[in-house]
Amino acid sequence: MFDNLKKNKDIINIKEGDNLIELECDKNNILSVLKELKENDDFIFDQLLDITAVDNPSRECRFDLVYIIQSLKKNKKLILKTSLKENDTIETIISVHKAADWYERECYDLFGIEFKNHPDLRRIMTDYNFEGHPLRKDFPLTGHTEVRYDDLEKKVIYEPVKLSQEFRDFDSESPWEGMKNNLIGDEKSEIKKD
Amino acid sequence: MKEVELNTTTINFGPQHPAAHGVLRLVVELEGEVVKRAEPHIGLLHRGTEKLIEYKTYLQAVPYFDRLDYVSPMCQEHAFALATENLLNIEVPMRAKFIRVIFAEVTRILNHLLNIPAYAADIGAVTPFLWCFEEREKLLEFHEAVSGARFHAAYFRPGGVHQDMPEGMEEKLFHHFKTLAKFIDDLEELLTNNRILRQRSVDIGIISKKEAIEWGCSGPVLRSSGVAWDLRRSQPYDAYDQVEFDIPVGKKGDCFDRYLVRIEEMRQSISIINQCLNKIKPGAISVEDNKITPPKRNQMKKSMEALIHHFKLFTEGYRVPEGQTYAAVEAPKGEFGVFLVSDGSSKPYRCKIRAPGFAHLQILDNLSKGHLMADIAAILGSLDIVFGEIDR
Repeated sequence: MFDNLKKNKDIINIKEGDNLIELECDKNNILSVLKELKENDDFIFDQLLDITAVDNPSRECRFDLVYIIQSLKKNKKLILKTSLKENDTIETIISVHKAADWYERECYDLFGIEFKNHPDLRRIMTDYNFEGHPLRKDFPLTGHTEVRYDDLEKKVIYEPVKLSQEFRDFDSESPWEGMKNNLIGDEKSEIKKD
Repeated sequence: MKEVELNTTTINFGPQHPAAHGVLRLVVELEGEVVKRAEPHIGLLHRGTEKLIEYKTYLQAVPYFDRLDYVSPMCQEHAFALATENLLNIEVPMRAKFIRVIFAEVTRILNHLLNIPAYAADIGAVTPFLWCFEEREKLLEFHEAVSGARFHAAYFRPGGVHQDMPEGMEEKLFHHFKTLAKFIDDLEELLTNNRILRQRSVDIGIISKKEAIEWGCSGPVLRSSGVAWDLRRSQPYDAYDQVEFDIPVGKKGDCFDRYLVRIEEMRQSISIINQCLNKIKPGAISVEDNKITPPKRNQMKKSMEALIHHFKLFTEGYRVPEGQTYAAVEAPKGEFGVFLVSDGSSKPYRCKIRAPGFAHLQILDNLSKGHLMADIAAILGSLDIVFGEIDR
């Protein structure tokens, strides 16, 4: 199977583990690669397990879109990765894997990745009329709005988040494996070996 | 142009409805009493677990997994523990593996002991519900004995389990599971040949083999449609390669098959637990690397190094090497997976949770088309929906 994967020119960066194969491909080829993986008798990755994304705001290609598929016949799992810029769109894979519907909606909701030709691209996890994409790294953990029941208006209302105590983010990451010699003046104490 | 008169009613089912098994909102389009379309609205229990985990250390992330599918807590910790261990590249000791398998199976029985009577209650039988809750309570005492908590155990941790089983636990488990088999027989006597249960579930919500695979079904739902697929067998983790068990498979893939598969799975779980109890030997219950698991309490009183390790583990936590992995377990509801990305720090960079119920709920529209409104309750019950894991 590993050799057959290498033959496909659209696939780059193949890594093979015991039960898990990791691949990468260009976003424009996603549909053809998944179709090939599903229909070729050497692979038969016929079950879509998950679609998710990873946000790396510092990179130019901000999002890694991850497809996790499984072959019941070959008893293998596969992670297919592709990179997207912030405003890129990607073709929906519903025509190959029906189950992609909700997973793509989830990615759209939580990351703001748009899927072209998706029949029903609505939010799925967050509240009706929610704004923003919570799993992006620049979205604060506390969110922007909070809800409460207003006794005068007799309904639930939305307000900007008010924290009664400042958000605590402890930085406990100090050298764990012993300190490096990076204090000023340390270089003077180094013993020179001749 | 000819005018067409639509004679449909649209009704709103849930989010507060006893048969919705939590906070499911369904918009159902009916023609008379026949369902034309059922559109689930989910997310009413969305708590942002994945986002929260990004801000916690690996150890602090464990309790979040109990709160996903809150009727089978330990199995989910299992997936997270396996994923973290993959990245850390460690192997847990044999005793820990057996303890994990035993409690994963106890949890499976717990889950099925809730789902089966809840499903029966949805379609008209109340007695099993009361019976099974008594049995569940007995099993929860085992949970409590090892972890201190009945539900939110936080017992399976990366590197092993939190603490060893108390003394005499093996015998207690052994004696308990002798009687449980009898209970399952009694339960089946109440339900399996019951005319009402059969009328309400046979040929309702049929999933074909092909559909089940295409839609990403797993667990009892996939097996009931005739696919003999079980991660415990095909990709064994922990000690599952050392036990023998059968995989029950359905023929038709209707609600009744799903019920039967779950009943048989409980029997297999009992057999797995008994095999584990015979094979388990004394030994370490977590990796003996104090960079990952905390040192023993008594060491901490004497050794400075142990004290430092303890302090660092519970403030900073351990750092996990950069990388990505996907680990899945056969949870009672199906394949529960964790896709974990680490950037080399002590907090997960991204932790995606693959909940089996999410895929199962997605086919509800397909399954309920053409059935009666009342069958939706039966289909929902047989899919084993829990919103904690679907909404995350």
